[in-house]
Amino acid sequence: MSTIAIPNSATMHHDDHAHEHHKETFLTKYIFSQDHKMIAKQFLITGIIMGVIAMTLSILFRIQLAYPDQSFPLLEVLLGKFAPEGRLDPNFYLSLVTIHGTIMVFFVLTAGLSGTFSNLLIPLQLGARDMASPFMNMLSYWLFFSASVIMLSTFFIESGPAGGGWTIYPPLSALPKAMPGSGLGMTLWLVSMILFVASSLMGGINYVSTILNMRTKGMDLWKMPLTIWAFFLTAILGILSFPVLVAGVVLLIFDRSFGTSFYLSDIYIGGQALANEGGSPILWEHLFWFLGHPEVYIVIMPAMGIASEVMSVNSRKPIFGYHAMVYSLIGITVLSFIVWGHHMFVTGMNPFLGGVFMITTLIIAVPSAVKTFNWLATLWRGNIRFTPAMLFAIGLVSFFISGGLTGIWLGNAALDINLHDTYFVVAHFHLVMGSAAIFGMLAGIYHWFPKMFGRLMNPKLGYLHFWLTFASAYLVFFPMHFMGLDGVPRRYYAFTEFESMQKWLSVNVFITWAAILGAVAQVAFLFNFFYSIFFGEKSTQNPWQANTLEWTTPVERIHGNWPGEIPTVYRWSYDYSKPGHDEDFITQDTPLSATMSSNLPHDFEGNEEAERIQEQWNIEHKNVDSREEVK
Amino acid sequence: MVLNKEIDRYNLQPKKFILWLFIVSSIIFFAGLTSGFIVYTGDVGKTLNVQLPNVFIYSTAVIILSSLTLHWSFLQNKKLRFTQQRLGLWLTFVLGVVFIGLQIYGWSVWTNLGVFFINSNASISFVYAFTFLHIIHIIAGLIILIAAIIGSYGNLPNVKNTFRMEISSIFWHFVDILWIYLYLFLLLNQ
Repeated sequence: MSTIAIPNSATMHHDDHAHEHHKETFLTKYIFSQDHKMIAKQFLITGIIMGVIAMTLSILFRIQLAYPDQSFPLLEVLLGKFAPEGRLDPNFYLSLVTIHGTIMVFFVLTAGLSGTFSNLLIPLQLGARDMASPFMNMLSYWLFFSASVIMLSTFFIESGPAGGGWTIYPPLSALPKAMPGSGLGMTLWLVSMILFVASSLMGGINYVSTILNMRTKGMDLWKMPLTIWAFFLTAILGILSFPVLVAGVVLLIFDRSFGTSFYLSDIYIGGQALANEGGSPILWEHLFWFLGHPEVYIVIMPAMGIASEVMSVNSRKPIFGYHAMVYSLIGITVLSFIVWGHHMFVTGMNPFLGGVFMITTLIIAVPSAVKTFNWLATLWRGNIRFTPAMLFAIGLVSFFISGGLTGIWLGNAALDINLHDTYFVVAHFHLVMGSAAIFGMLAGIYHWFPKMFGRLMNPKLGYLHFWLTFASAYLVFFPMHFMGLDGVPRRYYAFTEFESMQKWLSVNVFITWAAILGAVAQVAFLFNFFYSIFFGEKSTQNPWQANTLEWTTPVERIHGNWPGEIPTVYRWSYDYSKPGHDEDFITQDTPLSATMSSNLPHDFEGNEEAERIQEQWNIEHKNVDSREEVK
Repeated sequence: MVLNKEIDRYNLQPKKFILWLFIVSSIIFFAGLTSGFIVYTGDVGKTLNVQLPNVFIYSTAVIILSSLTLHWSFLQNKKLRFTQQRLGLWLTFVLGVVFIGLQIYGWSVWTNLGVFFINSNASISFVYAFTFLHIIHIIAGLIILIAAIIGSYGNLPNVKNTFRMEISSIFWHFVDILWIYLYLFLLLNQ
């Protein structure tokens, strides 16, 4: 029965579809679009705007840290009662830190990064017309957009945005009376995050379903580019960890609004004991960090995938250790679920349990090092093209190394007890997941800009952007290590008031000016990005001479991606500089029969007939066996 | 060739897979909650010291029965007996509503005994939270059932009717098993 019905329903759909296509309006094309490429651009531009906002917030609190005694009347003009007499209000300072963290981690580096590149590249690189459920994909963007609006709207309410830190530990987050940032701002933070998680889950579920079900003919899992592997494992991480955050948040909402005691016990406000009794704030930390730790890999893994692809294309070499790259991503994915306790070494955790978490944490260094060495080996003796995307990808490797090394320190319980909640931690994660992931995202933007907008970004402005950003990121975060070693606590409004820490004031001034330099450098990027959308140099179909399938689609970016049949895949995506071939790249849809002069025995995957034909060809053309030459 | 292209675009398999992934995230959600329960009772030392309402036994029976009626309806659809399919779907829907009623009655039994949601022993609050969040899943299941009921009235191609039937079966059996898991979990921790 169903076999008879399928063609019927398909034709019916086709008519529908053609009909839709004719009356495509501004609203369906640019606003409520179900096309994955348009949704990717929506995610990207929203992510960039959120990123600029979060960066501005960081400049505001950096000014406070550098000049704690100085008044800036301009601040009062801009912020009103959040900066009385031109100095930031301490509660507003806490809100700034909280919202800066929240926006950067979730809205920029989760939704902005995965949302953009998973949406853009999964169908294009796998050879699919669109996502498994284009409607759900659209819903995912609009939930994200609503979450962004609600998060930003908290700047316009009386008590200000949430102020309990991006980890919103109870009791601060559970008691609206605790401080101004625990009031309405915190309620809206929770609402916004629930919408955000719903958006992430819809996106992630869509990505996994598309990757597993909708690959084109010939695209088996081991022919997928590393970008897709990274997006795939990132989406799995999201599906397995975000629901736990929701579980924790639901209980937190019960505590906040209904008076239960999941997280609250023995609390006095203004000398008055609260009725809540018997709860455990540590329970929240467990639930939060079970998401929170995988979250940092949700942030970094797509960036890693993008860097692998960009570095291979621009080194004109196959990625070094493709299988090792995939297995290390899988290793990171699995390990990320059993390390959350390293955020909780100072919560009175059983030292034996701390030891277990310490060991699992340090094991993550192994797959991370595998990836790092493979990137370096990919560069080794490559025919490197220093495009802006390539520079940002190399920048990612640099930050990942310098930030990753301090991870080994912090993963040790004995060291962490000293370094916990100091600027050392701030330096560590801003390098290893902040700067590294942002650089991966920027590499992706420069690399796939032609695919998104049909035009190229200006490389000279790209170089300027890279060098200023790269230098300022190190100038901002490197000195923080030394502050942390001296015991300077993070999140403090005016720690230089402590006598023992007064000496750090000059360093604070230095860091603030470096941060301002970094912020100004982004103007080069923003101008380049928005100018090039409309006036950039027109791109060719395959501007970087890359192998992956997205460069076989027309520059015009049509609905359904390929005008005719979807191309079939015959080889992996890393056939760069293959000996015997006349060009230094072979696209994935080039059959082996078209590249007789460069085929290697393992290309045939044990197909004896094909091997025989190749040998025949070699004899006829007196082809010196390239294998022998290589040996 | 044209046919080939159409299939890659209108294959329903990826959509069914989406449901499975949603179920995975739902399992993780309840695994998170029940682990929270274990951590709480372990850390704080307060355990579930009140007997669960007896009505939960009846609600368990009702939800299992509803799975059976839905499966019967599914088989009728395979045999193209649409009237029986519709009857089975309606029966399942009604049993689902009865289940919600019984759960809420269970809460009232507890509140009459003075065992409230807002409690200094959060393991009792956890029971309310589990049942409440499960009811939300049941309501989602009822909405999917309504879509299947609409599909069974014959104004859709039968592929779509069957597809909706499959979707609602997978999800409904899942929420059924989910309740059995939660109930057993609570019984074992009593």
